[in-house]
Amino acid sequence: MNEKIRTSIGDHARLPINISDLADDADLYQAGMTSHASVNVMLALEDAFDIEFPDHMLKRSVFESVASIRAALIELQPGVRV
Amino acid sequence: MPFRVGIDLVSVDSIGDSIGAHGDRYLLRVYTRRELDECRAADGIDPERLATRFAAKEAAFKALHVGDQAVAWLDVETIRDPTGLVQLSLRGGAADIAARDGISTLSVSVSVARGHAMAIVIAEISKTADSEPMTQTIRRT
Repeated sequence: MNEKIRTSIGDHARLPINISDLADDADLYQAGMTSHASVNVMLALEDAFDIEFPDHMLKRSVFESVASIRAALIELQPGVRV
Repeated sequence: MPFRVGIDLVSVDSIGDSIGAHGDRYLLRVYTRRELDECRAADGIDPERLATRFAAKEAAFKALHVGDQAVAWLDVETIRDPTGLVQLSLRGGAADIAARDGISTLSVSVSVARGHAMAIVIAEISKTADSEPMTQTIRRT
């Protein structure tokens, strides 16, 4: 799961550094992800995991790190293999 | 009367890239049907116009002090009136925050230059919170 998350971030977050250089709990916004780029990351994650983020998850903390995204995806996909 | 200010800057190219990568899913997740209609040119959706709308939404989030509260991009709608002025209309989580914090008016100003769109939003805070959710404000694109 983390690799698919990292691929979505790497392809769409427009970070000035390589996603592989960031720890799972590193703050993506501090690393350079803009609010607009976070929209693209969200849509890429929806494609990759065949889910849709509900409105109550459209907040900064959900998309601020690999770890927080992973937690949200697990909440959306109970029983998913982690 | 106390104020809050929000500002945002977005690259026009990034809007075009998002349309290219995600198409209608991007457009319909971020912009209302009315916004899309207002940003349509003869040859299709105009990324520059959309960029001003996105910047206005994000500037409004900052002026509202959304922080980590759940607010959808569709909760802030930018509407161009017949005179060319743009108003902000709030709904959902954004309207709830404005009512809770006693925000009576949002004023927005947007500009585009050299491939970037910028917006500034000023929120006026009335004395009493939890009044009627506002649907206000102004400035031309």
